[in-house]
Amino acid sequence: MDIIKQHVLTNLSKGMREDGRQFMEYRPILVEYGISPKSSEGSARVKIGGTEVVVGVKMEIMEPYSDKPDEGSLMINAELLPLSNPDFESGPPAIESIELARVVDRGLREGKAVDFKKLCIKVGEKMWVVVVDIYPLNDEGNLFDAASLGALAAIKDAKFPIIENDHIQYGKLSDKKLPVQHLPLECTVWKIGDSFIVDPGKTEEASGEARLTIAVLEDGTICALQKGGDKGLSFQDIEKMVEIAIEKTAELRGHL
Amino acid sequence: MNYKERYDGRKVDELRPIEAKVGVIPRATGSALFKIGKTHALAAVYGPRELYPQFLQDPQKGILRCNYNMLAFSGAGERVRPGPSRRSREISFVMEKALLPVIDMEAFPSTVIDVFVELVQTDAGTRCAGITAAAMALADAGIPMKDLISAVAVGRMGGNIVLDVTKEEEDYEGGMADIPVAMSTRTGEVTLLQDDGDLTKEELMKALHLAKKGCEQIKKVQIQALKNRYKGE
Repeated sequence: MDIIKQHVLTNLSKGMREDGRQFMEYRPILVEYGISPKSSEGSARVKIGGTEVVVGVKMEIMEPYSDKPDEGSLMINAELLPLSNPDFESGPPAIESIELARVVDRGLREGKAVDFKKLCIKVGEKMWVVVVDIYPLNDEGNLFDAASLGALAAIKDAKFPIIENDHIQYGKLSDKKLPVQHLPLECTVWKIGDSFIVDPGKTEEASGEARLTIAVLEDGTICALQKGGDKGLSFQDIEKMVEIAIEKTAELRGHL
Repeated sequence: MNYKERYDGRKVDELRPIEAKVGVIPRATGSALFKIGKTHALAAVYGPRELYPQFLQDPQKGILRCNYNMLAFSGAGERVRPGPSRRSREISFVMEKALLPVIDMEAFPSTVIDVFVELVQTDAGTRCAGITAAAMALADAGIPMKDLISAVAVGRMGGNIVLDVTKEEEDYEGGMADIPVAMSTRTGEVTLLQDDGDLTKEELMKALHLAKKGCEQIKKVQIQALKNRYKGE
């Protein structure tokens, strides 16, 4: 086992984390809305300690899908910028960025954050597509939770652009906000050795053996799950992690 | 609205008919076919073999590389566009993580074990069928494993928790959650867990116990298929 992991494990077994935090303690969280008001329809910056993520929403008009003629749609994309972490590389999307985007997508979609029916402009002909792009600017761990919080904040911030002569007048926003109906948020709980922690730093992530990302609604209902990591989890582990996430997402929601 | 009678008449804790065969692709180091209802998954293992480009090698342990793919004609609706999609890449990734906990990769430093999973026909539960087939193919290839991995999707249909959901059930309008689970039934470790859809904590725990029951039945079929492969003439 490598020396850093050994160090993290020894410290955790003594109840200590690398930066002196409690196991269930997030770093300071900052949510800022409207960071690119001239170019995007909605945007947000989220900082969790040193980790910083920016998220922008662009709206597009497309033809509805044939099986959902009266609904709009949501697209989530994440790009792990090489600027934010020396391990990230330019080029086609790495599996890490695909997983990040799909996990955030699943939380928002299954949690019905946006009322898709209200994104329909004309049944079978036109719908709004909400495109959410997530970019980390500095990765010091826990991109999952920062991205989930940032995506929801940007969606909350977004307004419909004005349509004139059948074209979107980008840059001219209406007063109408997106139809946000629920606030699903994700908390990723990590198991390292026998300890459970939230909001890992980079060395903790590198030492992590299993993680479970849990999307939770306002009333404590789970709406999406994603297990990661090279080790398995027992039923008791899963139950414990879900309890932690229900508690921590309520706390995270306070920052919106 | 409540979902009491299942569309195909199964009990809530009943699997679709399952069938497994090991050694279906003679060129491969190990291979298996797993059918669960109308979902048919083929898995082939090549390796451990040399890994190139060389910088990908890990001198401490071998690398497991999974590739999940749906054949173009395997979907229920339109033709599936060939080649990797975001979905298939994520599934390949979670399949690796689902299988890794039972494989001793340190026995094969600097090598790769390639697992190719092809879906010939699909009716939901494809990642689970793929993992189940891949576990048999790995065992067939003689890779040392602590246990087999068995997988099944459970679902919440209205107020009921049901085992082994079909596509028709996935599309149920009355509110459903789709929960693919893979596990080592011997150690009780869950190695794949995902969920799409609303669930309470209690429903999740109930779903996990039901998944375990399903996985235990699937494992018996996996073991029998492996035995059939190696019994004398």
